[in-house]
Amino acid sequence: MSELTSLSIGDARDGLERRDFSAQDLTCAYLDAIEAGSHLNTFITNTPEKALADAQVSDKRIAAGEARPLEGIPLGVKDLFCTKGILTTAGSHILEGFEPVYESTVTSNLWADGAVCLGKLNLDEFAMGSSNETSYFGPVCNPWKVDGGSELVPGGSSGGSSAAVAAKLVAGATGTDTGGSIRQPAALTGTVGMKPTYGLCSRWGIVAFASSLDQAGPITKTVKDAALMLQSMAGFDPKDSTSINVPVADFAAGLGEGIKGLKIGIPAEYRVDGMPAEIERLWTEGKRWLEAAGATTVDISLPHTKYALPTYYIIAPAEASSNLARYDGVRYGLRVDGETIEEMYERTRAEGFGREVERRVLIGTYVLSAGYYDAYYLKAQKVRTLISNDFKSAFEQVDAILTPTTPSAAFPIGDKVSDPLEMYLNDIFTVPANLAGLPGISVPAGLDDQGLPLGLHVIAPALGEETLFRVAHVLEDCAGFTHAPKKWW
Amino acid sequence: MRASPMRPKNGGDVNAQAKSSKLISGATGEWEVVIGLEVHARIMSQSKLFSGASTAYGGDPNAHVSLVDAGMPGMLPVINEYCVEQAIRTGLGLNAKINTYSVFDRKNYFYPDLPQGYQISQYQYPIVGEGEIDVELEDGEVVTIGIERLHLEQDAGKSIHEERSKKSLVDLNRSGVALMEIVSKPDLRSAEEAGAYISKIRTIVQYLETCDGNMDEGSLKADVNVSVRKPGEPLGTRCEIKNVNSVRFIMQAIEYEANRQIDLLERGEEIEQQTRRFNSETGKTTKMRGKEDAHDYRYFPDPDLLPLEIEESRIEEIRQSLPELPDAKKRRFMTELGLSDYDAGVLTADKPSAEYFETVAQGRDPKLAANWIMGDLFGALNKADLEIEASPVKADQLGALLDLIGDQTISGKIAKQVFQIMFETGGDPVKIVEDQGLKQVTDTGAIEAEIDKIIAANPDQVAQVKEKPKAIGWFVGQVMQATGGKANPQAVNQILKEKLGLDG
Repeated sequence: MSELTSLSIGDARDGLERRDFSAQDLTCAYLDAIEAGSHLNTFITNTPEKALADAQVSDKRIAAGEARPLEGIPLGVKDLFCTKGILTTAGSHILEGFEPVYESTVTSNLWADGAVCLGKLNLDEFAMGSSNETSYFGPVCNPWKVDGGSELVPGGSSGGSSAAVAAKLVAGATGTDTGGSIRQPAALTGTVGMKPTYGLCSRWGIVAFASSLDQAGPITKTVKDAALMLQSMAGFDPKDSTSINVPVADFAAGLGEGIKGLKIGIPAEYRVDGMPAEIERLWTEGKRWLEAAGATTVDISLPHTKYALPTYYIIAPAEASSNLARYDGVRYGLRVDGETIEEMYERTRAEGFGREVERRVLIGTYVLSAGYYDAYYLKAQKVRTLISNDFKSAFEQVDAILTPTTPSAAFPIGDKVSDPLEMYLNDIFTVPANLAGLPGISVPAGLDDQGLPLGLHVIAPALGEETLFRVAHVLEDCAGFTHAPKKWW
Repeated sequence: MRASPMRPKNGGDVNAQAKSSKLISGATGEWEVVIGLEVHARIMSQSKLFSGASTAYGGDPNAHVSLVDAGMPGMLPVINEYCVEQAIRTGLGLNAKINTYSVFDRKNYFYPDLPQGYQISQYQYPIVGEGEIDVELEDGEVVTIGIERLHLEQDAGKSIHEERSKKSLVDLNRSGVALMEIVSKPDLRSAEEAGAYISKIRTIVQYLETCDGNMDEGSLKADVNVSVRKPGEPLGTRCEIKNVNSVRFIMQAIEYEANRQIDLLERGEEIEQQTRRFNSETGKTTKMRGKEDAHDYRYFPDPDLLPLEIEESRIEEIRQSLPELPDAKKRRFMTELGLSDYDAGVLTADKPSAEYFETVAQGRDPKLAANWIMGDLFGALNKADLEIEASPVKADQLGALLDLIGDQTISGKIAKQVFQIMFETGGDPVKIVEDQGLKQVTDTGAIEAEIDKIIAANPDQVAQVKEKPKAIGWFVGQVMQATGGKANPQAVNQILKEKLGLDG
């Protein structure tokens, strides 16, 4: 029943309601696909028994007319979300054997709305990476591939999530986005990836990378699916002091209303040096689509954009260096014994963390050190405010902003792994929204010259999710992106 | 500025010089000690600063630990509003400025009893700013000591090093409990001043019920900064003595440390900036680490917590709800109840004593109440090594005893006897007097009969007393002996004078 796995969440929901198939049928179809897709290395932990048990409950509720919003929809969970009684690794060796006794708020919300848990998805270690190559559990393969070419990265850090959605191993997946970790992998896999306003989804129970930037969001096949998933994920949580206490809007309600009269900003600073022509072409095309749908496009300026990436690579490592201090071998996860407590710390952390995590912990420790704090961390916070102010003034003129999601399509595994700076450039268009706490979405919009997917990126004002989804829906419609990777795995 | 000549203001002025009596004589002349205290006061609250776990003292190891306290992945702190109120209350009690905007920072360091790898504290923007308190010394001198700041922070857990198994164990019950760090200005000039200062802080937090002040359980302890200089010279290099947990130890540590530094300087050596520990058995301080090993705590604002913003109206509300504080209470005891400065000072020095006194004095002679409490009660408590809260004689019982004196049921002398019985048995004074037949005899008939007997039996003494009227004391003694001390002494005197023909 491979066609079941092609259904969007919206269509699967309708099919379940019409009893065209059961939740167990749907779950089994995905479990089969997962088994057949093991080469892609998208999953760290499979939970087929739990999935079938969940699906059974869903079938009962559907039969009883008590279906919940995501009843019977099989999802994958980025392995950064703590799941009760299920191994949670953050893609790291240091959390070896860690089974939380608690469930993250976001996944609790999904299960409470009837979703089925297929398992835990691969990711860059502690969500640090843009290619899913820093995972202790090995790289994830992008289901997209150039004929006869080498295997490609699925983006990162939510690379397991994006690849699993693109390969139809899950109906949708959770991701987290600190600098682009949902939107960039979505763009590289032809999927929809959405990062909400900072504070819309609770961070409680998500392994922290950079607390002031981390935000959970969905990766899905369609824009509507992203709205449906976010509907369940979002909501005020008193356990997260940075959670926003506002009623959750009906995100899918405005889809199809069109964007007549909306003003869309085109920021000059995103036209970076050396930007591939095909990216530029897609961006222009996106602009035309929106104009054709009745929106007005406006040239705008976000003058501090060029400082976003350096600012991000000070703030995120600074917070990470402190957030990752708790992995010390004392209470849980990996411990490598030593003669002294210091030796135990050193051995545990040296063995437990990979190179990229180590690099960022070192950078973070450095920028917070006495004598360097003012020059780096404090300065970065000031620039962050300027970047935020850029957006504030822009949103006085426009309702949303259109940019490319990434400067290139998916690249071969191993290509950029030895050059961190090159790798960091992947997030050049996505990082500013994190620094400003704004919602952003990547929509698959076309193929590059090699036939690999590219994404367009919409940014909206804080809590402007409804506008964001409306614009994204129009892009999706106009792009008519129906391409799918040829199954080679 | 206070104008009273009784109050030399050390406050805020490191150049203020100590009175010569506080200087230490060395081989090269007199030295002045400059002391600053960082007092750590554990907040009285049901739950911890950033989690719902209980703060109860004792309990099995790791019985009061939430997922947040254990530093589990993905766990987030949520501020306990009550602890914030307690800090504001304390700030107001220290006559300090309450900051409507403050920020929680992370202080990063590795230690097994610090599960998150950082302590949440306040660095640049504390919740309470500058304040000052008056501190009274033994000789009645009052010095004003400046408060630099008060900030909120988490306590760490406890590491236990087992010698036998060579293992270290960690108990996280204390991890995350709310502390107030109260930082003084370097205004203290002697061990005595420092002792009086921390005692005053203790009194204030106990009155406010923001900290139980129990130094044995570590609810209140101090890091002591000590430096020495020749009077009038710039500040010397300081050493910090960590975690000193009794008033006596703080004073001992300062004495030792000041003399150690003076010895070094007089030998021509330099003081190294050090962190030291105090050994209560030897009374000495020893080096823990020097400046080169000082931690770089990499403070930065905790991104898991928003800045703490407090409405002015909330501060006002708390200010209105403050209880009467020791200084005000002492003034009232003097002006309204007529107690001496000394008595009022002793009775307000800790909250339980003040409460005890107020109960006893209610509707009775305050001075009589004060005399009984400070004399008989404190004497007996001292002897029995008991705190006033554990007194076998409760305040209302002592009050009832004073009532028996007041209505002449017993004499003051019998009362002392009754008090002893009360203290030993915890009994009710009325019942004790009743049961033991200690009621004063005021029946003049009975007294007269005894007097007649004694006069008849002692003609020599009768003759003598007519010459020397003062010898009447012998007769009083005889009557009291014959009545077992229960005869009303005034009635005895009066009847004797009549019978012996002495004119009053």
